Amino acid sequence: MKHLLKVSALAMMTAGLFGTAHAESDTIKVGILHSLSGTMAISETTLKDTMLMLIEEQNKKGGLLGKKLEPVVVDPASNWPLFAEKARELLSKDKVAAIFGNWTSVSRKSVLPVVEELNGLLFYPVQYEGEESSKNVFYTGAAPNQQAIPAVDYLMNEVGVKRWVLAGTDYVYPRTTNKILEAYLKSKGVKSSDIMINYTPFGHSDWQSIVSDIKKFGSAGKKTAVVSTINGDANVPFYKELANQGISADDIPVVAFSVGEEELSGIDTKPLVGHLAAWNYFMSVDDPANDEFIEKWHAFIKNEDRVTNDPMEAHYIGFNMWVKAVEKAGTTDSDAVQKAIIGIAVPNLTGGYSAMMPNHHITKPVLIGEIQDDGQFEVVWQTSGLVAGDAWSDYLPGSKDIISDWRAPLSCGNYNVKTAKCSGQNF
Amino acid sequence: MIPRLFVLLAVLLWAAVPAPALAASDADLGPAFDLLMKRSFDDKARGIEALGQSGHPRAPEVLQAILDGRLYYIKKTRQPVFTQKQDSKLLARDVFSGEELGLFKKRKLKKISINNRLRQQLKIALARVQLSDPDPAQRLQAVRGFIGSDDPALLDSLRAQKAHEDSAEVIAAIDQVLAFADLDSKDEALRLAAIERLKTQLDPVVINRLKRIVKSDDTPLKVRLAAEKAIERIESRIAFYGYLETLFFGLSLGSILALAAIGLAITFGVMGVINMAHGELIMIGAYTTYVVQQLMPGAIGASILVAIPAAFVVSGLVGIAIERGIIRFLYGRPLETLLATFGISLFLQQTVRSVFSPLNRSVETPQWMAGSLEINSLLSITYNRLYIFFFCLIVFVLLYLVMKKTSLGLYVRAVAQNRNMARAMGIRSDWVDAMTFGLGSGIAGVAGVALSQVTNVGPNLGQAYIVDSFMVVVFGGVGNLWGTLISGLSLGVVGKFLEPVSGAVLAKILVLVFIILFIQKRPRGLFPQKGRAAES
Repeated sequence: MKHLLKVSALAMMTAGLFGTAHAESDTIKVGILHSLSGTMAISETTLKDTMLMLIEEQNKKGGLLGKKLEPVVVDPASNWPLFAEKARELLSKDKVAAIFGNWTSVSRKSVLPVVEELNGLLFYPVQYEGEESSKNVFYTGAAPNQQAIPAVDYLMNEVGVKRWVLAGTDYVYPRTTNKILEAYLKSKGVKSSDIMINYTPFGHSDWQSIVSDIKKFGSAGKKTAVVSTINGDANVPFYKELANQGISADDIPVVAFSVGEEELSGIDTKPLVGHLAAWNYFMSVDDPANDEFIEKWHAFIKNEDRVTNDPMEAHYIGFNMWVKAVEKAGTTDSDAVQKAIIGIAVPNLTGGYSAMMPNHHITKPVLIGEIQDDGQFEVVWQTSGLVAGDAWSDYLPGSKDIISDWRAPLSCGNYNVKTAKCSGQNF
Repeated sequence: MIPRLFVLLAVLLWAAVPAPALAASDADLGPAFDLLMKRSFDDKARGIEALGQSGHPRAPEVLQAILDGRLYYIKKTRQPVFTQKQDSKLLARDVFSGEELGLFKKRKLKKISINNRLRQQLKIALARVQLSDPDPAQRLQAVRGFIGSDDPALLDSLRAQKAHEDSAEVIAAIDQVLAFADLDSKDEALRLAAIERLKTQLDPVVINRLKRIVKSDDTPLKVRLAAEKAIERIESRIAFYGYLETLFFGLSLGSILALAAIGLAITFGVMGVINMAHGELIMIGAYTTYVVQQLMPGAIGASILVAIPAAFVVSGLVGIAIERGIIRFLYGRPLETLLATFGISLFLQQTVRSVFSPLNRSVETPQWMAGSLEINSLLSITYNRLYIFFFCLIVFVLLYLVMKKTSLGLYVRAVAQNRNMARAMGIRSDWVDAMTFGLGSGIAGVAGVALSQVTNVGPNLGQAYIVDSFMVVVFGGVGNLWGTLISGLSLGVVGKFLEPVSGAVLAKILVLVFIILFIQKRPRGLFPQKGRAAES
């Protein structure tokens, strides 16, 4: 009896093992690591839906390498250490072939050691501060030279701004970006007394004093602008307070790097008309590829009022690049995909192409748009061509000599050209 | 192939349709409109200039429509139209004849869009037109906007205006604008007179120009001294208004803290219950406002007034349910109450996430609460916070009256002072407990209505205010209404005065450290409860 029990238990376990192993090889799992609750949910939830749409589209085309794609959605809830745990879960337990995720740089820094340790692939779709290049991460969002620097150039040259307020949320992305911008402004001859820098915590809601300070700083007789790296739902009370205190875009324009169509869709944008954002894509861009994407999105999400934005385009580009790289390599194995993906070019949604560079950044056009009263952006300026993402800023003394090149023989993310040394990843 | 065919068709159609008949003076505007319909912003700027100079009676209406984003043109016929949104289409009206042309799909019309530079240009052009407006208030506003202008044509037109202007206020405003132009005149007497006239003017352009005069080397001595004195006067007024403004900010932040904390003061003070779900009761009040606005989409203005009693009732009922269901069994066991109410707070947060959505909900500000009251060009008080401040005082007064004048208040105070004695006098103490908890929770709900106007309404709203509420209650003295009000207001003011010096993050830390040190000296807070029963 006991013997029978043992044998049947063993048989069941083996069958189960075979069963699951069989099920595993039938689909390719894709991890989606975006906050669905908490302070960043306002920005990240739509990216989860975008990924589900892209996966569904790809499955309609027959999947990848003959297998269906299976999305695995987790909610790290705007909790940065939880991002690392969920990434580990996706890679070790669910064994996903690639992760599409993150928004804030602090969440990405939290996930970085995990993807490097487990040799996973992370496609990061959001504009960020640079100063990083990992073998396992593909940065499909803008580096500072693809967003922050051109925006400052626009304000300086086209709008004639002489005084600068750098306002950001208190974490690595705004701090590093402001360091770069401060160095850049000073290199263009702007005095320290004409630069005001200010940081607030995530979710900050009492903007009265800060907006009043901005007003005072801006009434010194020189044209003043605010460069905003404020992230998450703190933007809502910030813009409300700007409107309440009567700061219009022609007095003191605010150019934001983390505010797009999605963040504006929840507020009354009439008082914000004329304020700016710098991105590589706007929903209002007139292009047949964009029209098609918007139609597909509305059909998928079953809501004609939903908007599209730059990080969605970045996921679109990143996902298509990954699919092409896997097809080229013939496998979803991380090392093979990392080799195959460099040089791959896919169409973007603004009428051009985007290519994956050896430093794991892509080429993007830069667009400056003004907020309209319906929450859309009107493009007022754009670069004539594509800008290649530069991971290591030329304006910071510690980074101007560093390049990143993941092709053999260099295979290094922070290679110092002066000392000819590869310093390895600094977490 | 297909797109090209389309273009050909469109061109043929456009050529086939006769251009709308323009009146004799309307035809003059033809070239201006052609410029406006071009893609380049420079061309549009020239179009706006042409419109402004035209003197056509409809020009101001057209300029205002461009500024408001209501001027479009029909793609096929290049006919300019005013538009009005109707459902998801646009109702178009011919610019010249005013004739209604029917509903158009958005794709059939092209907006004449502008950028910031054009907006400035439009505002100046409109202000010039406003100078001849029959309403003196409009004329005053237009003139006030011109201060700092050096444009000789504008100054001439202002001088001409002054000759036949009958409103004293407008004349005074024109004098100020003209005085500004005189600041750099060659005649020293004129300059001194100008400085004298402008020394009460708080507009930043004035002080900047005066500073430049002082810095400049070839300013005569008398003028320099006069300018320095004027700068001193203006700067002291700026500092004074700056303090007033920070005081207002502090009182408004403080009133929000006090509102959030008063409910806690009642439950914590009267019943000794540490309610970690207090923040969620505030959040429920904020969500009630959202639901009320969803139910009354056309009457946003009245929605807040409806939401206040609604939030009181909803949060109050939730509070009574919590008390009857869970806390009743845990009296005298503060640690268990803490844990249980913490669990309830998580439960409430997740319920809201599941019922509504994890994303923030947008609560609209009614018209009468939007914008600000401008006292002068340095001090403007935002309406929403002003109303919230007065609302906080009204809530306190009402609560004070409830506690002192009603029988419920009497029972609550009796049970708080000596429960057994109160029961001996025939007071049903468990009913009083439930009502007290309900009252405290209801007030928290009302605080949520106020908070929905100044911050994001999301499932995490409560978490942002729970720590502040406890800080206020502990600092002010547990169970004391006055203590909560004073402590809330003073913590708000202290925080706001610290913020420009130390930054938002550090200001909060310093306030917390200050409270910790204060509690060392006076553990019972600012206004402790008196009486032997209060000791336990």
